[in-house]
Amino acid sequence: MALIKGETGDWEMVIGLEVHAQVSSQAKLFSGAPTEFGADPNTQVSLVDAAMPGMLPVINAYCVEQAVRTGLGLKAQINLHSVFDRKNYFYADLPAGYQISQYKQPVVGEGVVVLDMKDADSREVGIERLHLEQDAGKSLHDQHPTQTYIDLNRAGVALMEIVSKPDMRNADEAAAYLTKLRSILRYLGTCDGNMEEGSMRCDVNVSVRKPGGELGTRCEIKNVNSIRFVKQAIEYEARRQIEVIEGGGKIVQQTRLFDSHKGETRSMRSKEEAHDYRYFPDPDLLPLVLAQDFVDGIKATLPELPDDKKARFVKDYGISVYDAGVMVAERETAEFFENVAKGRDPKLAVNWVMGDFFAMLNRRGLAIGDSPIKANQLGQLIDLIKDGTISGRIAKDLFIMMEESGKDPAVLVEEKGLKQVTDTGAIEAAVDQIIAANPDKVEQYRAKPTMLGWFVGQVMKSTGGKANPASVNELLKKKLDG
Amino acid sequence: MSKPTDLTIADMTAALAKGAISAVELTEAHLAAMETHRGLNAYITETPARAREMAKASDARRKSGAVGPLEGVPLAIKDLFCTEGVLTTAASHILDGFKPTYESTVSSRLWQAGAVMLGKTNLDEFAMGSSNMTSHYGPVENPWKRRGDNRKLVPGGSSGGSASAVAARIAPGATGTDTGGSIRQPAAFCGLVGMKPTYGRCSRWGIIAFASSLDQAGPITRTVKDSALMLQAMAGHDPKDSTSAPLAVPDFVAACSRSIKGLKIGIPAEYRVDGMAPEIQALWDKGIAMIRDAGAEPVEISLPHTKYALPTYYIVAPAECSSNLARYDGVRFGLRVPGKDLIEMYENTRGAGFGKETRRRILIGTYVLSAGYYDAYYKKAQQVRALIARDFTDAFKKCDAILTPTAPSAAFAMGEKMDDPVTMYLNDVFTVPSSLAGLPGISVPGGLGADGLPLGLQVIGRAYDEETVFAVGAALEKSAGLSLQPEGY
Repeated sequence: MALIKGETGDWEMVIGLEVHAQVSSQAKLFSGAPTEFGADPNTQVSLVDAAMPGMLPVINAYCVEQAVRTGLGLKAQINLHSVFDRKNYFYADLPAGYQISQYKQPVVGEGVVVLDMKDADSREVGIERLHLEQDAGKSLHDQHPTQTYIDLNRAGVALMEIVSKPDMRNADEAAAYLTKLRSILRYLGTCDGNMEEGSMRCDVNVSVRKPGGELGTRCEIKNVNSIRFVKQAIEYEARRQIEVIEGGGKIVQQTRLFDSHKGETRSMRSKEEAHDYRYFPDPDLLPLVLAQDFVDGIKATLPELPDDKKARFVKDYGISVYDAGVMVAERETAEFFENVAKGRDPKLAVNWVMGDFFAMLNRRGLAIGDSPIKANQLGQLIDLIKDGTISGRIAKDLFIMMEESGKDPAVLVEEKGLKQVTDTGAIEAAVDQIIAANPDKVEQYRAKPTMLGWFVGQVMKSTGGKANPASVNELLKKKLDG
Repeated sequence: MSKPTDLTIADMTAALAKGAISAVELTEAHLAAMETHRGLNAYITETPARAREMAKASDARRKSGAVGPLEGVPLAIKDLFCTEGVLTTAASHILDGFKPTYESTVSSRLWQAGAVMLGKTNLDEFAMGSSNMTSHYGPVENPWKRRGDNRKLVPGGSSGGSASAVAARIAPGATGTDTGGSIRQPAAFCGLVGMKPTYGRCSRWGIIAFASSLDQAGPITRTVKDSALMLQAMAGHDPKDSTSAPLAVPDFVAACSRSIKGLKIGIPAEYRVDGMAPEIQALWDKGIAMIRDAGAEPVEISLPHTKYALPTYYIVAPAECSSNLARYDGVRFGLRVPGKDLIEMYENTRGAGFGKETRRRILIGTYVLSAGYYDAYYKKAQQVRALIARDFTDAFKKCDAILTPTAPSAAFAMGEKMDDPVTMYLNDVFTVPSSLAGLPGISVPGGLGADGLPLGLQVIGRAYDEETVFAVGAALEKSAGLSLQPEGY
């Protein structure tokens, strides 16, 4: 457990997260307007989104399906009866003067997320609830010296608000929770998890207490938009609260915002200034009633989720828990790995995927789907190593050539003549030549047998790396010792 | 043939079919009468150009043989229905200059049925009122006068403009909306037939919302058959309104000629309120006698939670209105009164844009929904509302329809009942319970009161059983045998 040292002893953080995840859907929650990111301002706005007089919301069944799918992926209770409420407040980018949300009866109840921690001890974080709600529009304060512009493209877009229990005790756990939640959402295809585009945003609730003591007063940090910032915000906020308490002050329940430039949180409004949202059931919408068959139908089509996949990888492929965790973090990576590992040495597959392959993607800034080297090609490369066609050293060069040309490894081996030389005669000739040319090194070897490595290197160099290292070793030893 | 403006909708369709009159002639007659009676202030916006254009198109359709059920019939539309390209005000200053780019489902169904739009009728601001005195565009006058008394009377509300127009023969029929009695009460005050169908029967899409769980569109006409004709065209499921019922629309016109022999008609004891005007009691007794004459059997029933209906309504309706009217903020359409910042702009715009009654209801609604009061008011009101609905369910085990007076009095004079809003709210005492229960109700003229003013009888039916309501309404109409026409129209 990570505690923070204060002047009066150790402190423990208590963290809960509210994640707003944009539902992957072509249309908005209550209108047919499109949801594509990056369109020109106010080009994706229906009469309903603009709250024109007389307009009425109609629920988008696909968004409901996505919420249920997410609930099932979080192993959560699905509420067959839920209710949409109005959350009333005035703001220029909230056209109706209320947001349609679910307050007392959300569509999804309690669930759980298992965190993959580096120390291999997995932790569970409880899900309190998931509900559907509308996003607001966007106020653009920086487009005009005295006026604010409003873009309603986002207005009415479906969000899932996923509320965790206050089960996290440090910033790393919060980061692991977000990472895992995003991974699950992406596996399910219910949210693209893209925090830069705002399709996943996070409100962070932080309080501090003496370890095991009574819960402290919490502060909520609104709208933090990257996992790194979430960690920074939590660490800053916990330190701030400890300083206030140890300085004899009291924590005031308030809403704060995170300034990513300064790395600090600042007060937005206190509890007293908090809105009275006057929630009440939206009379324009009937209660959302789901049939058990509908839920079961979605359940039947759920993909294998990261936790299950990870367990299977450990069991079926015999790879380490940590490696399995890395392989399943993204659905595409897991698929890629399985295509490489199937029928081959899984450990070699993991090493290649996590090593040269990931390094190549990073270097090129590519997503796995855009890789110039496909899974079957990487598999073929491993096959060539395994059957002795190429050496491990050549394999690294060959990987670079594949990356640059996109060609199959066997084709490149043929074209470039990379085939490993196992012909003892050819290797012997090279060995003899090196020994003859370096009598001083031979002397040195007699005194220090580890010099063998130098000779191996020279032979490999003279054969262009194609000599079978085992044969080279064997022959050198025989000649030098004999 | 009588004056074209005296024709009922049914007469018009017959005359048009025979070729006795053209849609253009009918429309011109009405446009001329509208001009003559502009003093009633029944219309906020007259649309003569559109009317002529639609009438011409209707005559052309008739020539080509494509005739809708309301082909060529000119109608007025309450100015709460959004009409494409035509000023739509809800009788509020805050909607200044608002011309929707869309047409409400109900009005577009009327146009599809061949009807012609004469204009947009006046109403209480955002349909909040029972006298049509709260309109930003000024009060509407009832064409009826008390015998020997020249004071101007209110037409009732909120669909006061629609009722005044139909009574004054400057429209044969008009749309109304009813939240707590806004179709039935003005129909009663003006000697007309006003039908509020079951909540969910007509689409609310494109109707400016007052209280979403109560608002329902319906027709105001001079006869029960006309009411059925109009509702037939207006009703039906609309996927754009989640609360509209996915049910087929029955044949309402046929229902009007159904016999009511053997039907049990409930007479609720609780509607005999203290201090009820003798003429209202007499009217009700007359109604019971007419029902009996038609072969139906009056039965005593009890609706025990009736006395809670008005207080319940005046929590639920303002609560919904406080939220529904939040969109009038000066940002996107209508009136904007600038301010030094966003908050001040809101305050200036809403302060100037909403009238007194609307502001009162927004404040009440905001209060009853606020933290700490929600349970005591809004939640309690919803619970009572459920009890009121259950009263009706229980009553309908014993009867097929319920007969009551429509309003506790005849039309009153402008300026009367204006000092205390609660006195005004009492106008809806007989109409509000069925609104809270979402049930269909019709007001049919039952007779004239002591001052010579028309009085209305209300028939309430089971949910989605407008047919029985029409049948009983038509029987009352036939039995009453009234020929109501205000003097001078």
